[in-house]
Amino acid sequence: MGGQTAVRDSDAELIDRLRDGDEAAFGGLIDAYSAPLLRLAITFVHSRSVAEEVVQETWMAVVTGIGRFEGRSSVKTWLFKILTNKAKTRALRERRTIPFSDFEIDTGDQPAVDATRFLPATHSQWPGHWATPPQPWSMGPEGAALDRETLAVLRRALEDLPHAQRMVVALRDVHGWPAADVCAALEVTEANQRVLLHRGRSRLRAVLERYFADAPMCNAQSISDTKQASG
Amino acid sequence: MKDDITIDLACNELVEMITSYLEETLSAHDRARFDAHLMTCPGCREYVEEMRATPRLTGRLTTESISDSARDQLLRAFRRMKASSTGL
Repeated sequence: MGGQTAVRDSDAELIDRLRDGDEAAFGGLIDAYSAPLLRLAITFVHSRSVAEEVVQETWMAVVTGIGRFEGRSSVKTWLFKILTNKAKTRALRERRTIPFSDFEIDTGDQPAVDATRFLPATHSQWPGHWATPPQPWSMGPEGAALDRETLAVLRRALEDLPHAQRMVVALRDVHGWPAADVCAALEVTEANQRVLLHRGRSRLRAVLERYFADAPMCNAQSISDTKQASG
Repeated sequence: MKDDITIDLACNELVEMITSYLEETLSAHDRARFDAHLMTCPGCREYVEEMRATPRLTGRLTTESISDSARDQLLRAFRRMKASSTGL
């Protein structure tokens, strides 16, 4: 990748508004970034309340430091850098080991799909092809999206991912960030970002597959009806 | 279904290439192999569907943000900062 691109126009405009003391601009910034900042903070300090304090400190640093922002990176990257520094300081003070090596790519084999699902490499006709192919999900992806239980299962699976994978999947798929922004904010290469995304998404898919295989063949509506009746 | 032996991509390779496929970072050659495999393999077609559905579902998750009172506190601090810098 080439050098940092100049600050985007919308960023330059935003900075001007912040320097002019435009409260709506600051409020908008808080609303857009507090959730992803909080998510990143939690991976360092592992306590929700401390993470909230770190996010608060980050925003205070923005309030006092906006005059010194040079616009050499995007606002998004700048915010994430402030947060990362504050979170690390905080983690050190709490004598927590920073799980920073987790951000490096684990090169060990973590297949996207369990190897037993495929025919062996020695198979005469179809080496490496499906022995147990994936089955269509019982509710269908769209029906599933409406079911709260499915989303609860997915949320738990996301929280259970190793933290680098969790960060990348959350920023890409929950917060809808483009790959380039994730790379800049987390300081990972494009290739590593993609590996983390791949492992994270593959794992979530596997969890959903197991969940749908265990769920009875019925639609989302009847599942929530059953739950209401038993609750 | 699978009586054509010309397929040169195995299913267990495809499941590792899929994110690059969806991110459109595969080389033209690998993309062609990928697409050719999909034509003949219903198992992998289902797999691709599920790998497209997974981020769509993840996108439905709501996220926690800071509390309203924390937000108000920040806006007050922002206001004070402006007041002090303009000498009001």
